[in-house]
Amino acid sequence: MIGKLINRLLQGIVVLFVLYTLTFFLIRALPYGPFQTEKAIPAHVIEKLKTQLGLDQPLHVQYIRPLKNILLEGNLGVSTRLEGRPVNEIMAQAFPVSIHLGIMSMILAILIGLPAGVISAYKKNSMIDYLLMATAMIGLCLPSFVIGPILAEYLGRSKQMFPVMGWDVRQVSTWGLPVFTLSLGYAAYLARLTRSGVLDVLSQDFVRTARAKGVSTVKILVKHCLRGGLIPSAAYIGPAFAGIISGSLVIEAVFQVPGLGRHFIKAIETNDANVIFGIVLLYGALVTLGNIASDFLIAWLNPRSRAQS
Amino acid sequence: MTRISLYLISILTLFFTACQKETQVEKANREKILLVGNGGDPKSLDLHLVTGVIESKVIGSLFEGLVGDHPQSDTEMPSAAAVSWEHNADYTEWVFQLRQGAKWSDGELVTAHDFVFAYNRMLHPELAAPYVEMLYFIKNAEAYNKGEIIDFAKVGVKAEGDYTLRIQLKEPVPYLPGVTRHYTWFPVPKHIVLQHGKISDRFTEWTDVGNIVGNGAFVLQSWKMNDHVAVKKNPHYWDVENVKLNGVRFFPTENTYTETRAFLAGQLHVTYQLPPDLVPKMEKEYPQFLRKDPYVGSRFVRVNVTRPALNDPRVRMALSLSLDRKSLCDTVLQGFAPADTLSPDLGAYQPESVVAYDLEKARALLAEAGYPNGKGFPRYSILIGSGGTRSTSEAIQAMWKKNLNILFDIHAMDYGSYISAQQKLDFDVTLAGWIGDYLDPTTFLLMWTEGNGNNNTGWHSDDFEKLLDDAAHSADPAERLKLFVQAEKLLMEEQPIIPFAWQAKTYLLQPQVKNWQPLLLDNHPWSAVELNSEKEAP
Amino acid sequence: MSLVIQKGTSLRADAMQRLKKNHAAVLGMYLLLLIVLAAVILPFTPLLADPNAQDLLVKNTQPNQQYWFGTDHLGRDIFSRVFYGGRISIAVAVLTTLVAVSIGVIYGAVAGYASNKVDALMMRCVDILYGMPFLVVVILLGKVLENMTAAWAADLVDLFTADTDSDDKINAVRTAIEPLVTMVPLFLAIGALSWLTISRIVRAQVQSIKKLEYIEAARSLGLSHFTILFRHILPNCIGPIIVYTTLTIPGVMLFEAVLSFLGLGLKPPNSSWGVLIKEGADMMLTNPWLLFFPSLFFSLTLLSLNFLGDGLRDALDPKSSKD
Repeated sequence: MIGKLINRLLQGIVVLFVLYTLTFFLIRALPYGPFQTEKAIPAHVIEKLKTQLGLDQPLHVQYIRPLKNILLEGNLGVSTRLEGRPVNEIMAQAFPVSIHLGIMSMILAILIGLPAGVISAYKKNSMIDYLLMATAMIGLCLPSFVIGPILAEYLGRSKQMFPVMGWDVRQVSTWGLPVFTLSLGYAAYLARLTRSGVLDVLSQDFVRTARAKGVSTVKILVKHCLRGGLIPSAAYIGPAFAGIISGSLVIEAVFQVPGLGRHFIKAIETNDANVIFGIVLLYGALVTLGNIASDFLIAWLNPRSRAQS
Repeated sequence: MTRISLYLISILTLFFTACQKETQVEKANREKILLVGNGGDPKSLDLHLVTGVIESKVIGSLFEGLVGDHPQSDTEMPSAAAVSWEHNADYTEWVFQLRQGAKWSDGELVTAHDFVFAYNRMLHPELAAPYVEMLYFIKNAEAYNKGEIIDFAKVGVKAEGDYTLRIQLKEPVPYLPGVTRHYTWFPVPKHIVLQHGKISDRFTEWTDVGNIVGNGAFVLQSWKMNDHVAVKKNPHYWDVENVKLNGVRFFPTENTYTETRAFLAGQLHVTYQLPPDLVPKMEKEYPQFLRKDPYVGSRFVRVNVTRPALNDPRVRMALSLSLDRKSLCDTVLQGFAPADTLSPDLGAYQPESVVAYDLEKARALLAEAGYPNGKGFPRYSILIGSGGTRSTSEAIQAMWKKNLNILFDIHAMDYGSYISAQQKLDFDVTLAGWIGDYLDPTTFLLMWTEGNGNNNTGWHSDDFEKLLDDAAHSADPAERLKLFVQAEKLLMEEQPIIPFAWQAKTYLLQPQVKNWQPLLLDNHPWSAVELNSEKEAP
Repeated sequence: MSLVIQKGTSLRADAMQRLKKNHAAVLGMYLLLLIVLAAVILPFTPLLADPNAQDLLVKNTQPNQQYWFGTDHLGRDIFSRVFYGGRISIAVAVLTTLVAVSIGVIYGAVAGYASNKVDALMMRCVDILYGMPFLVVVILLGKVLENMTAAWAADLVDLFTADTDSDDKINAVRTAIEPLVTMVPLFLAIGALSWLTISRIVRAQVQSIKKLEYIEAARSLGLSHFTILFRHILPNCIGPIIVYTTLTIPGVMLFEAVLSFLGLGLKPPNSSWGVLIKEGADMMLTNPWLLFFPSLFFSLTLLSLNFLGDGLRDALDPKSSKD
């Protein structure tokens, strides 16, 4: 178990290294550089800036320098778009917001999605099943840039229940709209996947046997089906978790949440290499950890593959 | 069952009515804090490193230039860091007398040396200030910035004693006081900047919360990225008794719909920009909040004149004459005004109107150029960024198709590629805009010279540049403006850019904000704004 | 279990029988068929106005007798924009989902079935793809594909217009060919980038099945890995695959809108459901019908698809026939 975990973490380091390398070359292929602004900067100033940031040095030097700084000092360098603000500081401000928003949303999504999926499977093809699944589908069909403004307009502006803009950790009411909006899509995914997973188990032989023996369906559901039935959801939740906490651009824009998403988009728009590296590596680490957790969860849920691990 | 739900409903109602506490605006009214939608987060507060309008709002609260902004008038030049100024006969030398006893927010005196230091830092080749061209009016400034002169003493800025600043210019600049209202001309505290690094160090901590020191009406209180920038009253400000606000909070409201919603929900006193499609709704439902102020901005189609067909001025004029600008401003650019020339209202400067909606002439010109009824016209596209110009491009595309029978594609691009394509002249026509930095035609005309980084049309004209040059060396302000009128007329007859709308500042403002008048440059001096916390009589 | 080895025909007939009993699924199927047919056929009939024709005199018209779904701020008929847009969106959905699901299922199945080492390697590749800065990839892809597709489109247009000089005809051919050609790389791009999660789900499912007794039995019978994996394991994963497919479709349809705002794919002023919803979202307060009608058709389609998918899942489930 421990050995397997260490093995996976080592693989994760390789993943991060490959990610850095790929990103390094990709952003150099972008058709624009870091100092292209709407109001043109004089050419001699751009030259000077490039020299100062070492962008005129040979490629391998440029490739190794950030890597060395990250590994030796944990220093991600400075942002070019934000005129020299340290990337570490940017991440330190934005990441806690993203992780808070993400975790709250994921918990809410699980609390809504899993029970809905289980009930739906248990009451298969009944009115309640159709109702739950139709709601889930509508949750998916109304993207957050539609549902967010609608909720903000109704609950925020006209009912004055929640602020429509801003984020304050100490003020619970500011969490309401972003967390709820962000969780809806994930909840819908989880509900659909859980329903299908539980149905698969319900139709398996051992369940039939148990049923034939007269064990109550609810008991079967809880004791036998839930574990196996959650496998698809567990496989989905790893990357979803990484995605949800790395920041959602739409939610951040609609509710003005100061998370990572906006920094990332703007860094890409302006070819702000160090910020891109920082966020890509963070996201890569989250994907790795999320998938490790998800794979261990799958193994735990699946009695047969437990023996294997 | 029904009884339970009744209970539930009444409890919920109680809970939510309890939530109906005062709005953030009401609270801010009490505390005399202005809540401002600022359109985005500042990139930095180091006034030598930024170029944007968003930054200028925050910097304008923290620093003050030689000449101040007047709350009611664009042309008034109230004294600020300088109390008086005079110029020589041909406007090439200006002497500013600084305010004695004015202090930085840490209590140190503001002196002429701080101004000289600021200009030295801005022009320092190693600092690589992006907006450095704003100081090129000064004698030898460009040469020093490009490293052709090493000695800053040769640059035309001198401190004579602590309170006299003498500025020599490379050419007559009768509008210099107006230019010094721009943040690139503000002073920086020499003692603080040097405490955190060398004069030419780009990335230092002098602008961090707690370190930054200014001479403006407010000091930086807190800055959380993409969340807010808060400033509070500066007790060391020379005119502190006339500062009515206790503070200002700037919110980075990038999404204009969110911003409008926040305003209506009582979270903002003033917004940055109302989305054009909400203008009619606001006119109808909230006329008491809606403000439509003229603004020194222009929107235009930029034409790549190196492309076949587009290199013919007749074709460009035909494209221009076939745009129904009034329709555009009624549909996709609500609040904006139809443009008949490039420069919007700049006060004294009155350019001639050149372009209009004239289909007959447009078709005739197109036929004359060899494309009767659009026949044989190459297939080109309109380049747009991913922002809000999509509808405008669709409307323009339809007008050209209908009026000239020329079909343009629309090519959308991400922001970075869009900017890059323009600068590399890798487009056919594109939608663009320009916002003036000060109230003088140079801010709209100088960029159309050969090799200017903002030209991006491939167009240049010796006659045009000669007119600009003559104007630059003219010491008679009236004569000067006349030359600019001629230059703009020449530019408009060639149409390397096809102006279609003058920008307006359309936004929402709470009526309890006082002393906030329409201003062309939209620089409302924060020190003069008042908040009336009493409820207005209906 | 024995059914799996039975002949396909009886299985299929059996499945059809079971599908027919599921009313929600049948209703979904007919509704879906109706919408798809309407979106495919209507644009060829004179019933629909030109979706891109602007008439500023009737801008922002509420739904009425002449404009059933109203008009937008440029006076374009939303009824015809919804159906023209539906054609694009359905094409995007079908093609990209096909690409994404095929790659995802095969990749996930192989990873789940293969040895630990191969599995680890394959899944780390998936991790890397998850971590890539997606927007950068899209921008670069757009740049590369732009020139390529422009060249293809030009070649094709030349081919079809070799014998004519008429500008109108050349323009007509162009208008017909270019959107299609420029969309194809988009389909591939979205498909190639959205298979990651489905591969993880299929892999997990395969891993849980491959240790079951009947697979061990098949192995001891000496069946090839290929047969075991694709004939005996994958059919048992059909539930999650169908469900995840129905979940992928709304995502790719909306993703298409994001990409076309970035310049990859559909060019303005052409519409798709995603683009219409994105534009309508901004105007929900002033012209709510601009959001309502595209969203209605979008949701109806996906809802039908979802119930059809659930019906199919039940019908195809090799185990449920014992009920």
